[in-house]
Amino acid sequence: MTKRYDVVVIGGGPAGMAAALSAFEKGAKVLIVERDVRLGGILNQCIHNGFGLHYIGEELTGPEYADRFVKLVESKHIDVMLESMVLRLTADRKVEILCPQGYVTVEAGAVVLAMGCRERTAGAIAVPGTRPAGVYTAGMAQKLCNMKGYLVGKKVVILGSGDIGLIMARRMTLEGAEVELVLELMPYSSGLKRNIVQCLNDYDIPIKYAHTITRLVGSPRLTGLYYAPVDENRNPILEQEQYVECDTLLLSVGLIPENDLLNGLDVEMSPITSGAVVDQNRMTSLEGVFSCGNVLHVHDLVDNVSREAEIAGASAADYAMGALKSGDTISVKAVDGVRYALPQRIAKGNEGKVDVYFRVGDVYKGKRIVVEVDGKEVYSRKTLILAPGEMEKITLTRADITGDVTVRLV
Amino acid sequence: MNMICIMCPMGCPLTVEENNGVITVQGHTCPRGKKYGEQEFTAPVRVLTTLVKRADGGMASAKTSGPIPKDKVREAAECVGKIVVSADVKIGDIIEENFYADGVNLVITGVAQ
Amino acid sequence: MKIYDCIVIGGGVVGTAVLDRLARYDIATLLLEKDDDVSVGATRANSGIVHAGYDCKPGTLKAKFNVRGNQLMWPLVEELDVPHLKCGSLVVADESGRDGIDELYNKGVANGVDVEVFDGVKTHEFEPNLSDSIKWSLYAKEAGIVSPYQLCIALADRACLNGAEIRLEEEVVALAQDGALWTVTTNGGEYKAKTVVNCAGAFGADVNDMAGAEHYDTTFRKGEYYVLDNTERQNIQTVIFPLPTSAGKGILVAPTADGNVIYGPTSSLCDEGDVAVTLDGLADIRKNVAKTYRNPVVRKCIRTYAGVRTIIGDDFVIGKSKVVPNFVMAIGICSPGLSSAPAIAEYVEGLVCEGKTQKENCVTTMPRVNRLSEVDGDTLNALIKEDEAWGRIVCRCEKVSEAEIVRAIHSPLPAKTVDAVKRRVRAGMGRCQGGFCATRVMEILSRELDLPITEIRKGRSGSNIALYSVKEVPND
Repeated sequence: MTKRYDVVVIGGGPAGMAAALSAFEKGAKVLIVERDVRLGGILNQCIHNGFGLHYIGEELTGPEYADRFVKLVESKHIDVMLESMVLRLTADRKVEILCPQGYVTVEAGAVVLAMGCRERTAGAIAVPGTRPAGVYTAGMAQKLCNMKGYLVGKKVVILGSGDIGLIMARRMTLEGAEVELVLELMPYSSGLKRNIVQCLNDYDIPIKYAHTITRLVGSPRLTGLYYAPVDENRNPILEQEQYVECDTLLLSVGLIPENDLLNGLDVEMSPITSGAVVDQNRMTSLEGVFSCGNVLHVHDLVDNVSREAEIAGASAADYAMGALKSGDTISVKAVDGVRYALPQRIAKGNEGKVDVYFRVGDVYKGKRIVVEVDGKEVYSRKTLILAPGEMEKITLTRADITGDVTVRLV
Repeated sequence: MNMICIMCPMGCPLTVEENNGVITVQGHTCPRGKKYGEQEFTAPVRVLTTLVKRADGGMASAKTSGPIPKDKVREAAECVGKIVVSADVKIGDIIEENFYADGVNLVITGVAQ
Repeated sequence: MKIYDCIVIGGGVVGTAVLDRLARYDIATLLLEKDDDVSVGATRANSGIVHAGYDCKPGTLKAKFNVRGNQLMWPLVEELDVPHLKCGSLVVADESGRDGIDELYNKGVANGVDVEVFDGVKTHEFEPNLSDSIKWSLYAKEAGIVSPYQLCIALADRACLNGAEIRLEEEVVALAQDGALWTVTTNGGEYKAKTVVNCAGAFGADVNDMAGAEHYDTTFRKGEYYVLDNTERQNIQTVIFPLPTSAGKGILVAPTADGNVIYGPTSSLCDEGDVAVTLDGLADIRKNVAKTYRNPVVRKCIRTYAGVRTIIGDDFVIGKSKVVPNFVMAIGICSPGLSSAPAIAEYVEGLVCEGKTQKENCVTTMPRVNRLSEVDGDTLNALIKEDEAWGRIVCRCEKVSEAEIVRAIHSPLPAKTVDAVKRRVRAGMGRCQGGFCATRVMEILSRELDLPITEIRKGRSGSNIALYSVKEVPND
């Protein structure tokens, strides 16, 4: 007999757990499907602190933040399947799951996608040169170090200044490695300022902006690499190529929402976020399928993931129990320096407020964030600085949203 | 002393100096930046997060429950490297009290499986 | 000391195809491979295309072995259960290329290949994503794709099942002939054999020199490639070549038997073993793909790679040495080497096994193996009932279970490294490139081979993935 749940949450990381909890609070029968042997997702390998300041009001490490939610999930009647991978999701919300107990199908009143993201690889950015051992994504090195207790190498270069890369620079330094250099293609960092200061500057690790790798050297293990500054089109200036000896290259060059499960389903996707297009309830264009956390768009703070997942989980429960109907929506557009705004659609309605999250496409100083509805300004805020690495939030009054919304920088 | 303020994404370059016991901060854009500059100049502190070995060969993660002097972080990390904790440690267990700062403990934050 | 009837030097697709044929005879055979696995030279890094044989110069060994090799290949890959697709190939040309297409057509006819000229309309119907400038094409329905490394590995596995020996990480350093017996010295030992077959790929000329056989000068040409995500596979039906030039077959767009799409190869002179991808090479691919293919999507790249073609003169060197007895050469096997390998093996079998008898009860058809990515739900449940490792997914991008990885580690020619596992079952070959699963594969290898994690290698000796245990990092 096929089991039925009101809400099936795919993924048991921070997004999945928060979604499951809020769906449960609404009275839904909830299942979490998690591929790992435990709940918590990537938080379990993020042993540094800085989590929860906004959402919990305490500064926690990743495993501690995860543990707060794990304990809550365990205290409720929420079913959890571990070592379980969803192989297929159908448009009528049948969830096909592979686990060591068998291949099972579960029917879901609503589905919450919370599968997180994966790291962009050396292959994806076509790093030239040899393809030796010693070239890893920062997250893989982090997992090997923090979860398994192995250090991938001792003389390290990091490409990209994403937060995981910066965190790993400090982590590996404290474990006895030497981090020679961080290279960042862009003229600014994609990581948080705090990480630049506390993970690099504190340990005298140099970061070179507007630089990239021109060639990896060594086989079978990496022995060094050439790097060069880039011109305004981000092409390397080979005349200024330099060499650095290293046995390890870590990549921290971006995260990609892992939406492979949606291939073949008629879900509208955003080419900018690589996640689904959602409304303010985080429902995708496929009825009854919701999305939250890094599978929807990549977040820099887990606190925002938890908040977003609460919305998705509660809405999914409402939908499953017939309390949420889809109707006409208003579109939210991002223009003039705003890379994307989320949700991309807002259902028509008068009550309450709606938070719109957005990211900018470059570093902007002294700009004004302006929201217009049908060409009329309904929100405006001056800013000192806006950077692509920091997600921004604006709160709109729903009564103001009478037509299409545009978010721009002026 | 030159530093970058981390209070917001601005990353203001600060110059902090002391003259006759008076600390002056330059380069900040806001009061938070001034305060950060003064703190970093007089007594910079950091929270250490790291790994400890378990007796069964596995790993547990640990942190200092509060900030410790910045210039002691490396030494503290090396000290943690010599500690072996029991195989059944749990989140919240205190491994050492008054660890590199009064009232600051070395605490287990997670157990790898 | 054991005396082998035949030692094959080199574990590329030619060497393993030869070994697979010899293993069916009542003789003692051994293959020596210097690397950590078979297939890791040119066999690993080529286009994976089974050419029809229309563009080889009529009368050459290349023409002869390609056409015959193509005939043998399709039943061979069925027997061995190797991923393949006989998808045909198109050589496409703009308006000015009509003469070139006709010339190829005539060569094809001379070589006995089934070829057909398509006009623009038919060409675009057949392959809708070609550039608008494409007006003519030559279609060869016998062409297709195979997984070259899986073919090589399957040949090695079958040879092992039939009694052949394979020694990995044994590099031949000296060859000496005393009367009717060869002494083959490697870094690992000494072996005696009546006949030696040189299938040493890039080192073919060196092995010839060691044996005192014919001396050849070798040149090497690098071919670089982009590999695209499998979501791009739906946009292409067949192997798409531009009109060939003197430099080679040109930059093609092709599906792979593993379900991806490749753009490449370039062709530039290089040193032996130089498999580094270059900025210039990648730029060359991007520029040239756009000439035939309407919508190249380099941003869907998941990997780049390069292989090296070993070139001796204008043709393959295949046959008995005329200088030293009992020494057979199959060297200078550049393109269309993969396509020709089954026919080269058939020919070498004739040279080595003349007058010998085949064993009874040889393995011919390899047992079908289950793949998580292919089986239906009921089969899967039956498999999980037998072994719950079937229910544990390791590589999520390519849908590979723990059971398949364990099977690869204990296959006739065992996979001992992360890359060897990857070649056999595709774990780590998808879009995350092992970011998620490499750690799990390392743990499974460590458990099954009883090795510490720090001894688990990516590939050849010295390619250890994690160098130290935390808290045990040496100070220096």
